[in-house]
Amino acid sequence: MFPNAFRYEAPATLDEAIRLIAEHAYDAKVLAGGQSLLPMMKLRIAAPAVLIDLGGIGELKGWRETEEGLRIGALARHADLERAAALYGRYPLLSRTARWIADPLVRNRGTIGGSLAHADPASDWGTAMIALHAEVEAAGPEGSRRIPIDDFFVDTFVTSLEEGELVVAVHVPAPSGPVAARYMKLERKAGDFAIAGLAVHIVTDGDGRVAEAGIGICACGPVPLRAAKAEAALVGRPLTNDTIAEASRLVPEDADPADDLRGSSDYKRDLLRVFALRALREIAEELEGRASIA
Amino acid sequence: MKIAVKVNGRLYESDVEPRTLLAYYLRETLNLTGTHIGCDTTSCGACTVLLDGEAVKSCTVLAVQANGREVMTVEGLEQNGQLHPVQKAFWEAHALQCGYCTPGMLMASYALLQDNPAPTEAEIREALSGNICRCTGYVNIVKAVQLAARELSGEGQEALQEVEAHGASSN
Ligand SMILES: Cc1cc2nc3c(=O)[nH]c(=O)nc-3n(C[C@H](O)[C@H](O)[C@H](O)COP(=O)(O)OP(=O)(O)OC[C@H]3O[C@@H](n4cnc5c(N)ncnc54)[C@H](O)[C@@H]3O)c2cc1C
Ligand code: FES
Ligand code: FES
Repeated sequence: MFPNAFRYEAPATLDEAIRLIAEHAYDAKVLAGGQSLLPMMKLRIAAPAVLIDLGGIGELKGWRETEEGLRIGALARHADLERAAALYGRYPLLSRTARWIADPLVRNRGTIGGSLAHADPASDWGTAMIALHAEVEAAGPEGSRRIPIDDFFVDTFVTSLEEGELVVAVHVPAPSGPVAARYMKLERKAGDFAIAGLAVHIVTDGDGRVAEAGIGICACGPVPLRAAKAEAALVGRPLTNDTIAEASRLVPEDADPADDLRGSSDYKRDLLRVFALRALREIAEELEGRASIA
Repeated sequence: MKIAVKVNGRLYESDVEPRTLLAYYLRETLNLTGTHIGCDTTSCGACTVLLDGEAVKSCTVLAVQANGREVMTVEGLEQNGQLHPVQKAFWEAHALQCGYCTPGMLMASYALLQDNPAPTEAEIREALSGNICRCTGYVNIVKAVQLAARELSGEGQEALQEVEAHGASSN
């Protein structure tokens, strides 16, 4: 099927894009990688009168390290982050998450900014950004602001972006010490959205204790969720069989999965527990010498 | 809207409606009907082409987004009546039945072998995970990619570079 007819705009700068969005307001939609928007337009679930293609805006592309961490441009594609070998050491969750998103062909087009703005409860980036305690940088006619990721997702397909605001970047804080991460996901078939998924990001201090813990839950509620209880149970303690088992038991307590054709809510809760156990064990082994698994 | 797109090495200038999807532009405006359309949901990969050298689903790219860029379609594989080694390998390994998915499979395989001349079976399966075949299964397709990789590793590598440098000249 064809999308509806629309007016096509291809601004070359962010300022021009913001002006166009303000001018067309609700009639307009922005286009990033198009991997969610164009299928919706083909099915006529979305029918914008004006389509504003961000693809030509250089300032939204790529990433750079800043004093506080990493600033990832909204147009960084899933495949860019998957292959960014320079980021594997300090930001391992990025490539570990990217390789789970859709399939390689979709990853060659889809962007991190588009994925966050789309706000699917099964968004793998949303889940990873929760684990990383990221902030979304938004820009609009009033200027730019930072939105902590926990305040960004409001409901399924709804974000706290104001009308006329765009995602321009995501900020990931730099880890304060040795870091390891895992992304775990169960899919019905290759390249599918998660039945349930889990992002785990752990930073340890010099004594092998957990300095930072981030755990994001995918597809188990209206938005990507934070396993806050499990995080709190880990911080300040070493990764041992006991702390790992306790944290894993706590992860499902912050989840709110639905019974559906993909599985019962009990099944999904148990998946999260098993994923947490596996992820934390693997992370502890990876950090071995710095963390003890006894 | 006026667009200029290089397809299989040849420059085309056309006036398209912004809503035209690249897959339809290739099929209906340029008559390159090798690119197939099998779904509305970006799931099947029958429409896979290379956009500036990267495999993408052309049913989910607007033709206007290809303005100023290069596209390679399945028609760009064959050179002067000679099948590309990837095409030959699909033939030899009997990697198709109805052939509907084949153009997409060929393009995704070609893109893989450009990046990774000696992929493992797992890497082949991952690279083709966005391409669905409803009849032949994946065993022979994987074998065909392995065969093509072997063919291309020797003098076949030169043939691949030849295609990259010149694209198709048949139109
Ligand atoms: C077959 C298939 C399988 C998929 N599987 C997965 C999966 O397993 N996991 C997963 O997480 N995702 C999956 N996706 C979605 C995919 O990751 C998309 O790439 C992504 O969700 C949307 O990003 P995009 O850049 O393509 O955005 P687009 O489709 O261009 O835009 C999506 C929405 O966000 C808005 N938008 C885009 N950029 C911005 C911005 N900078 N600021 C404000 N609003 C913006 C658009 O207006 C639109 O409403 C899948 C998609 C397909 C087609
Ligand atoms: S037609 Fe493009 S993915 Fe199915
Ligand atoms: S050969 Fe028929 S769909 Fe693949």
